[in-house]
Amino acid sequence: MSEVVLDGGAEAPGKDGFVEDWSKDKQVFGVPWGKAMMWIFLLSDTFIFSCFLVGYMSVRIATTDPWPSPSEVFALEAFGYPVPLLLIAIMTFVLITSSGTMALAVNMGYRKDRKKTFWLMLATALLGATFVGMQAFEWSKLIAEGVRPWENPFGAAQFGSSFFMITGFHGMHVSAGVIYLLVVAFRVKNGFYEKRGGNYEIVEITGLYWHFVDLVWVFIFAFFYLW
Amino acid sequence: MSYVAIADRDHEQEHHDPQTFLTKYIWSQDHKVIAVQYGITAIFVGLIALGLSAMMRLQLGFPNQFSFINPENYYQFITMHGMIMVIYLLTALFLGGFGNYLIPLQCGSRDMVFPYLNMLSYWVYLLSVIILIISFFVPGGSTGAGWTLYPPQAIMQGTPGTDWGILLMLASLAVFIVAFTMGGLNYVTTVLQARCQGMTLMRMPLSVWGIFIATILGLLAFPALLVSAIMMLFDKTLMTSFFMPAISSMGVDPGYTGGSPILFQHLFWFFGHPEVYIVALPAFGIVSDLLSTHARKNIFGYRMMVWAIVAIGGLSFIVWAHHMYVSGMNPYFGFFFATTTLIIAVPTAIKVYNWVLTLWQGNIHLRVPMLFAIGFIFTFIHGGLTGLFLGNVTIDLPLSDTYFVVAHFHMVMGVSPVLVVFGAIYHWWPKITGKMYNETLGKWHFWMTFLGTYAIYLPMHYLGFAGVPRRYFAMGNTEFLPDSAQDLNAAITISALFVALTQILFFVNMIWSLWKGPKSDPNPWDATTLEWQTPDHPPKHGNWGHELPVVHRWAYDYSVPGYEEDFIPQNVPADKAPAGRDHGEDH
Repeated sequence: MSEVVLDGGAEAPGKDGFVEDWSKDKQVFGVPWGKAMMWIFLLSDTFIFSCFLVGYMSVRIATTDPWPSPSEVFALEAFGYPVPLLLIAIMTFVLITSSGTMALAVNMGYRKDRKKTFWLMLATALLGATFVGMQAFEWSKLIAEGVRPWENPFGAAQFGSSFFMITGFHGMHVSAGVIYLLVVAFRVKNGFYEKRGGNYEIVEITGLYWHFVDLVWVFIFAFFYLW
Repeated sequence: MSYVAIADRDHEQEHHDPQTFLTKYIWSQDHKVIAVQYGITAIFVGLIALGLSAMMRLQLGFPNQFSFINPENYYQFITMHGMIMVIYLLTALFLGGFGNYLIPLQCGSRDMVFPYLNMLSYWVYLLSVIILIISFFVPGGSTGAGWTLYPPQAIMQGTPGTDWGILLMLASLAVFIVAFTMGGLNYVTTVLQARCQGMTLMRMPLSVWGIFIATILGLLAFPALLVSAIMMLFDKTLMTSFFMPAISSMGVDPGYTGGSPILFQHLFWFFGHPEVYIVALPAFGIVSDLLSTHARKNIFGYRMMVWAIVAIGGLSFIVWAHHMYVSGMNPYFGFFFATTTLIIAVPTAIKVYNWVLTLWQGNIHLRVPMLFAIGFIFTFIHGGLTGLFLGNVTIDLPLSDTYFVVAHFHMVMGVSPVLVVFGAIYHWWPKITGKMYNETLGKWHFWMTFLGTYAIYLPMHYLGFAGVPRRYFAMGNTEFLPDSAQDLNAAITISALFVALTQILFFVNMIWSLWKGPKSDPNPWDATTLEWQTPDHPPKHGNWGHELPVVHRWAYDYSVPGYEEDFIPQNVPADKAPAGRDHGEDH
């Protein structure tokens, strides 16, 4: 197959194509099972993160103690000055960059360039691991300053509770993603998928998960660090 | 090149038949075996929950006669009875049991799309059940917080099981959600992506539609329960204050500050209300198929039935706060949620009318599954009508937390789905086991269960009107209640014990059938859907032998004029039988 189309689907564009897809027998979407399942899983996961964020907003409104100022709590000392959100800016940059390398890996996967796919996925995993590492640094800094899930010196106790819970849950997603990326990357490298018909859709499926984790971070960043 | 559907591939995936006993029946990846495993486990925990309800009824009917029931374990019985029945029995049985069995067979697939994940789903579910059962035996016993687990009381001293029980309950729920997600992703993907040739969505039997939409609801609603379970676990173990306000417990300040108990209620009911329909929609779907098959008539208004399922599913996400009228939330919310709640009555009523119209002028065979299906229509209308009372804020306020509520939800999501469960088991039993059960025994089982449940729940409405509060261990000196309320309670208890014992008939029947029952015909009900057309009976691993079936018509070609038989299976080609009324091709 020299010609590569990433996504099969309806012939007709727009509403007609939509109706055509859903009226078909056999399958609704012209995509592999794993990809369809990943999309549905991500939809479900979206609801988990939405509930976390709504819960966080709700307790932030409900609590009577003052909420700590994020730009002071999350400031980092640089050149003798406290720079607000410095670490978070770098972390966000790292994670967004990893989405870029992931997108390139997907492209290389469909070109069946196993070597480049492997290295790009490895780079993605390394950037992800860097993100988790910086998060660990941020956690230990806050813990050293006395922030705990049940109390903190800056104000409302819910600040620490929500922070550790939500960033922790997201960090677990990133860590799981790093493991997932490494498994797929090494399978790409050692020819595992060649034995299964040379099909590299798995790279894109992994990529879906990875982009999702990035997107969630953007929302956590906006609601937690910028609010 | 678009992705090639499985039914179009030259050589399908090879299916290696499992050889050993272990891979065939224990670590099985076959959806039919997994379905039976789910079913047996769910019914087993359901029996525990039935036993708990018998204990509760003993106390209520004959207060203080039994030394083994004290107020603490009464609350534990209530909690575990509710939680087990709703989640570990009904959700698991309808989706894990019937979903697993029916989706691949009725869609014409060889199996779920990811059988290994499907197998994991069952074993993780079993783990959640084991954690749940362990909680009965830890110090302090299982939690007694009520099945809604409302904080602050759920994790405060004074509630039974506040040390270990609540932790294990929350952990078990989290594990259950993981199991459900693994199964649910499989069910949805299989319905969307792995149907056989000719099987359009609008030709699927309504059973599959009900299970499909219910699974989507589950995938979107269980996240809220997961999140609230995690947050409550942290409130309990890490002393966070998500749900816990500043509070004093027995004169001691436990150290909580500024949390919101109402937040828990919102999260819980954002899960809890769709959960009602996670149980109800598969029942709706299955009952439609039972009625149509045994009335030898196509289901009335198939398209309307499908869209009603979809509409109910969508609406179920915007009604949750009707469980919270008395919680102290903003009264304007009540106005909104009462409106959306009453709107749900429209698609639901459409379904009920269509069931009745399906029966109208049908060639009704009052076989056991049909009896249960018709029984469902009675109990569901009954429970649905009382729902209209409770959905209105002004009527709900005086009735809230009385036995009227208990009667309502037991009629609508206790008795009704359970009747469908029995009907469905009787209906598909010949396909699952290849054996027939005893018809007479089945009919006795139906009549005693059906009339018995009315004897239990009808009087409860009057108790509710009289103001008998639910969840009370004993009435004590309540002067506004007449003495006859206690007589009624005793009568209810006797009926409840009677109905509980009646279920022995069911198990005797099924065990006898497995052991000595006559072999059944491959299609004993002359049904049209694909699971009755399998080449082997009961179907083997891979379901369809060498060739996948090809579907030529919708699932309801019963009594088509001009055809010698009164049913045309879905895989009979158009040139061999009249076209019937295929709604799958007319758009």
